[in-house]
Amino acid sequence: MGQPHAPLLSLRGLTRRFGGLTAVDGIDLDLAKGGLVSIIGPNGAGKTTLFNLVTGLDRPDAGEVRFEGEDITGLSPERLAGRGIARTFQLGRVFGNLSVMDNVLIGAHTRLRAVKPAVPVIGPLLELGLALLRPASVRDEEERLREEVKAILGRFGERLLPRIDQPAYSLSYANRRRVEIARALALKPRLLLLDEPTAGMNPSETAEMQALVAELKAEGLTILLIEHKLEMVMRLSDRVIVMDEGKKIAEGPGEEVRGDPKVIEAYLGHGLSGGAEQESAA
Amino acid sequence: MSSWLDYTINGLIVGNVYALVAVGLALIFGVSRLINFAQGSIYLVGAYIGWVAVVQLHTPLPLTIIFVAVLAALVGLIIERFGLRPLQNSVRIAPLLATIGISFVLDQLVMLTFSPNPRALPSQLPDVRFQVGGGTIGPLDLLIAGVGITSALLLFVFLRYTRLGWAVRAASQDRDAAMQMGVDVNRVNQTVFGIAAALGGVSGLLVGMYYNQIDTAMSLQATLKGVVAEVVGGAGNVPGAVVGSLLLGLVESYGVAVFGTSYRNLFAFLLLVVVLVLRPNGLFASARQAPPEPLTGTFIAPSRPVRIPRWALAVVTAAFAVLPLLPVSFYMLQTLINAWLLGMLALSLTLVAGTIGQVSLGHAALLAIGAYTSALLSLTLNVPVGLAIISGGLMSAALGTILISPSFRLRGHYVSIATLAIGEIVSLVILNWEGVTRGPIGISGIPPLSLFGYDLISPASVYWFAFAVMVVLALLQARLLGSHLGRSFRAIRDDDIAARAYGLGLNRYKSLAFIFGGFAAGVSGGIAAHLYSYINHETFNTQQSILALTVVILGGLGNVVGAIVGAVALVGLPEVFRIAAEYRILIYGIVLLLLVRFRPQGLLGTI
Ligand SMILES: Nc1ncnc2c1ncn2[C@@H]1O[C@H](COP(=O)(O)OP(=O)(O)OP(=O)(O)O)[C@@H](O)[C@H]1O
Ligand SMILES: [Mg+2]
Repeated sequence: MGQPHAPLLSLRGLTRRFGGLTAVDGIDLDLAKGGLVSIIGPNGAGKTTLFNLVTGLDRPDAGEVRFEGEDITGLSPERLAGRGIARTFQLGRVFGNLSVMDNVLIGAHTRLRAVKPAVPVIGPLLELGLALLRPASVRDEEERLREEVKAILGRFGERLLPRIDQPAYSLSYANRRRVEIARALALKPRLLLLDEPTAGMNPSETAEMQALVAELKAEGLTILLIEHKLEMVMRLSDRVIVMDEGKKIAEGPGEEVRGDPKVIEAYLGHGLSGGAEQESAA
Repeated sequence: MSSWLDYTINGLIVGNVYALVAVGLALIFGVSRLINFAQGSIYLVGAYIGWVAVVQLHTPLPLTIIFVAVLAALVGLIIERFGLRPLQNSVRIAPLLATIGISFVLDQLVMLTFSPNPRALPSQLPDVRFQVGGGTIGPLDLLIAGVGITSALLLFVFLRYTRLGWAVRAASQDRDAAMQMGVDVNRVNQTVFGIAAALGGVSGLLVGMYYNQIDTAMSLQATLKGVVAEVVGGAGNVPGAVVGSLLLGLVESYGVAVFGTSYRNLFAFLLLVVVLVLRPNGLFASARQAPPEPLTGTFIAPSRPVRIPRWALAVVTAAFAVLPLLPVSFYMLQTLINAWLLGMLALSLTLVAGTIGQVSLGHAALLAIGAYTSALLSLTLNVPVGLAIISGGLMSAALGTILISPSFRLRGHYVSIATLAIGEIVSLVILNWEGVTRGPIGISGIPPLSLFGYDLISPASVYWFAFAVMVVLALLQARLLGSHLGRSFRAIRDDDIAARAYGLGLNRYKSLAFIFGGFAAGVSGGIAAHLYSYINHETFNTQQSILALTVVILGGLGNVVGAIVGAVALVGLPEVFRIAAEYRILIYGIVLLLLVRFRPQGLLGTI
């Protein structure tokens, strides 16, 4: 563990190029434990790519990612999940044929006792053995996790609980997004990355989601949020980072960033901005 | 030195032929992200149309080529229109399965029309050879080179300078964007299938003339070679496919020069596996490709599986268990024994292809590994048969998983190619590793099934043995599916990226699935070996892999009960209706096609 006041997550000079396009261009970012930082910016600014770099789904061409004081650049997503980094996906990536319960249980996968032994060959074979024999300890753990999943689903009111055994493909779009967040929470994350959690939601659903994120923040969870709905960003964020064409063009408290001429220009320069589009659609 | 030049010329000529197949595959992959497993069948059809033209209609050579190209293109158009277009909004696995089904149907139709015996296809060209440097070259070589270069030029002009060609290029760069710009994707698909089929058909004709022989086994080989060349060049990359084909031709030709003819295919498939492992995007892709875009839609057909109450399953199991006590015919027991063996293979495949989504086309290789291990252990080391069969299962689990592991990083259709190639490699190693496997002679005199020193000779005892083993395997698999591993496997199948983001290492879980599935398949192969008393490298072939796949889809992917129901149905129904053996594979192909089109979730539903 790093020094007492080191940020939980810090990015230095993070860069990712796709051919001639620099999708993420020398991004620096610090996120303190318990903090909530939002990343905004027009479509194609590189926000999702930045998330991919932090969560190991993509590897940076340059720069560094530090988490809890350790260099985690280029670690595989499965290792990062094991360290407590959970994310949701912009387009929604639930496991369509799995029930809501199973989807959320996958979130708790890294916490299962059976997957813990990291010894090559022996570890996986033990896992297979435990899955087939299912001793009392494994059954109890499963039972406990199922209760926990119900508690997590309870945070979404009556949206998901009545559908707990339905396959995810049969859910509405908004409910699938909720399942994703529930799955992330089941990991007991130390860092939660939310990629446009309210995309495609109507105003009342958005308000619900905003309340949930506020609740999570109040519970001390550290959150990195991508969001186009500025209202929500202003309410929740400790700090806002504005990206455009891969670069960070502004950073600071919400109100300050909002009036920044560079930010206004970035949004206007891109015609129909993501924010405007989203808000008029909502 | 002179012979090296000959080998080089031969390699380039063969490479030219592969290029005709591979370019078609690349065009199709480019616009529809589909590996067309029926490409080799069109090549086969081309060869036989050529035979009809040359031998029966006595057409002159230029007319023969045009005749073949036009008819083959027609077949391609029919495949596109009736086989694939209806599946456009279907699950991702559907078009792949459809091309496999189409391939089997076409091959069987050719076989039924022309008989499986090889035929001579005379080349219609004077049989002279010219000295070139230290080697020789014949008119047919020049013809093949000429057709290859002409087709490449025509294709280049078409793609670059015509409107339709522009549409094809646009669709392969970004299909959605092209559609928004008004490109008619159906027309593009049609064009591409037509061109691919014409090239494939002509290629079959030329190869038939080159070797002066055609037979129905050409089809699978051509598909495999074309796919190898295409993947080496980078899937969807047309010039890459040409270079990949020439490279493949040369590698094979030099390999044959050094090691002998029986190694030809081994080199081809090793080249494929090496490329897939080291450069899965082909030799010419930039070093680090962008990760693939998020996949939309589901891999297997979503469904609500039919829930069969436990007591009903118990009753049916009991009924089958007491069957030998009833006055049933020997033949019926024999048929059901086959069904149980196929059921074990299907259990294995439904786990691998259905539950974790790795559509293996080389599953019969696992049977072969189990069968050879068990046979050799009991024959040479006198290991008791029961123990030998279990060892066969374990060997299949271990070796199968190791062999298949290069494919763990691959997705979708690539997995199918890799498993197909690995299956072929296993069969070729068995053929060539004479010291251990006795090579082409095969293994005979394998001891009969026995348990604790008692030989199981009577049909009833064999029946009980096979049935009991299958039921135990099914129960174990059901238990596995009910554990955290079951949901982990299914999560990986549904979305491997999200699965990784939640800590599911793909290598770990795919290995576990193959270990478990490999065991069941190996046991099935082991039992079969002792039952048949003779096996060789062709006992467990691609046809069985495809049959198992049909069974699994019929029952419902991932569905344990479905796998067994499917096995009984596909083994039993042809008996009930007394369908002659030569029509069965045709029927399996048609069943596969109908299922993919009308009931992709199978009888009992995917899980
Ligand atoms: N895998 C990839 N290959 C090539 N280019 C990519 C890839 N992923 C993203 N890009 C490009 O990188 C740029 C940034 O994309 P990104 O998805 O990160 O933007 P974003 O800020 O999340 O936008 P949005 O608000 O639309 O979600 C875009 O121009 C995009 O086309
Ligand atoms: Mg985004």
